[in-house]
Amino acid sequence: MNIYADNAATTRLSKSASDAMFLCQNKLYGNPSSLHSVGQQAAEALLAARETIAETIGASAEEIYFTSGGSEADNQAILSAAAIGEKKKKKHIISTGIEHHAVLHTLEKLKQKGYEVTLLSPHENGIVRPEEFAASLRQDTVFATIMYANNEIGSIQPIAELGKICREQGVIFHTDAVQAVGHLDINVHKEPIDMLSLSAHKFHGPKGIGALYVKKGIPVSTLIEGGAQERGKRAGTENLPAILGMAAALKDSVADMEETSAKLLPLRNKLIEGLIKIPHTILNGDCKKRLPGNVNVCFEGIEGESLLLLLDSKGICASSGSACTSGSLDPSHVLLAIGRPHEIAHGSLRLTLSVENTEEEINYMIAEIQNAVSYLRSISPIWRDLQEGKKEYVIQ
Amino acid sequence: MLYSEKVMDHFSNPRNVGVIENADGIGEVGNAKCGDIMKIYLKIEGDRIQDVKFNTFGCGSAIASSSMATELIKGKKLSEAQELTNKAVAEALDGLPPHKIHCSVLAEEAIQAAISDYYQKQKK
Repeated sequence: MNIYADNAATTRLSKSASDAMFLCQNKLYGNPSSLHSVGQQAAEALLAARETIAETIGASAEEIYFTSGGSEADNQAILSAAAIGEKKKKKHIISTGIEHHAVLHTLEKLKQKGYEVTLLSPHENGIVRPEEFAASLRQDTVFATIMYANNEIGSIQPIAELGKICREQGVIFHTDAVQAVGHLDINVHKEPIDMLSLSAHKFHGPKGIGALYVKKGIPVSTLIEGGAQERGKRAGTENLPAILGMAAALKDSVADMEETSAKLLPLRNKLIEGLIKIPHTILNGDCKKRLPGNVNVCFEGIEGESLLLLLDSKGICASSGSACTSGSLDPSHVLLAIGRPHEIAHGSLRLTLSVENTEEEINYMIAEIQNAVSYLRSISPIWRDLQEGKKEYVIQ
Repeated sequence: MLYSEKVMDHFSNPRNVGVIENADGIGEVGNAKCGDIMKIYLKIEGDRIQDVKFNTFGCGSAIASSSMATELIKGKKLSEAQELTNKAVAEALDGLPPHKIHCSVLAEEAIQAAISDYYQKQKK
């Protein structure tokens, strides 16, 4: 059996996205900046894609800036908001400790340039409390950047409430919605959101393409000089095949969202229930306010990378927040931020489902994960100490 | 592939896994915080390592390094085992990725700790 359960890392390209890209490569090869008919056909397709993407989040086409993906969109949003703060002499920024590194590293860079950053700690369920968020706002707060849904533990933030607080206080509100767009119902007016990052390959679109939504009236900094593309903010001939692929994938994801969720939720819940039956196992993230395909657990007494290797040998593609999988010494910053001790965070497993997964696969994964965890525990000195009562269990 | 075939072989079918009851020497190195703990058990007869077993909490290369290190010292004289280096462990595994070299270092340290423990016990 070959099971792909790492859809938060990336997804398979959808048929409609693939078709749109193929068509573009072969027929719409013009440069959208060219005046002739071949170029103008490409320009029309580009505008239509921009409109499609804007519509899915309740924005208008001129509020969408295409980027190379989620990380670039996060960088551009944060640097643009910081530039506004610079002008207004407001240099305080609010974020959380569970953001993607595209956000955290960019904020780190701003700190070195004299900005002050407050990183809120989410609660154990991975969710930030609006009252704590409101209390952290200051006179000199220029913007807040809070991810819509977490890439590791799937927790969904109360974006509408946070956005409302920001709007009332005149603080720019950015959300990294890379894991949420195409999976959750998002509307930048209702919530309300000033800036939003999205990435195509998280919803069965192509890699290397994403977008940044910026509310009309908020100035965007120029990322790449050299042309009028993206209203002069990002020069370079547009990656039209990828943009059309992204629009096709997003259109489908949004149209099928309810159906997909209805299929995914029972599978996800079954997988969670099956895994937490393994003794000394804990679910990471909120049990209700979580992405429909996200499962993340910690198993006490084992290390995640070895678990991934064993599962891969059984045909299961998964992911872990263990330090060994990241190449750094510390395990996942997200798991540490929600209070998991290092040794527990090392034993994490993330499975992220898509509509392509089946119940048969869920049953197979539960059985194989149980086997792998038992085996690794049988050779683990920590597990032996726990069993012999020489150490106290962290996870009951 | 991140790992060599040898690493994957020793990870998937580790040699000398287990515990020796009443071991003559025990060495434990690493810590759970960093994600690696190795525990080595030795059975010594005369000046030879008659048997060796290990338990490891850690990544694939930590388990493979433990397995290979125990293979390299099994049946050897204590004086030979004391000369085991992390380099020898890594080479026997056909190399480890740069950020995994510390796993072979832990294996060397665990063996040396177990041998030291044996000598300590002999003194008493």
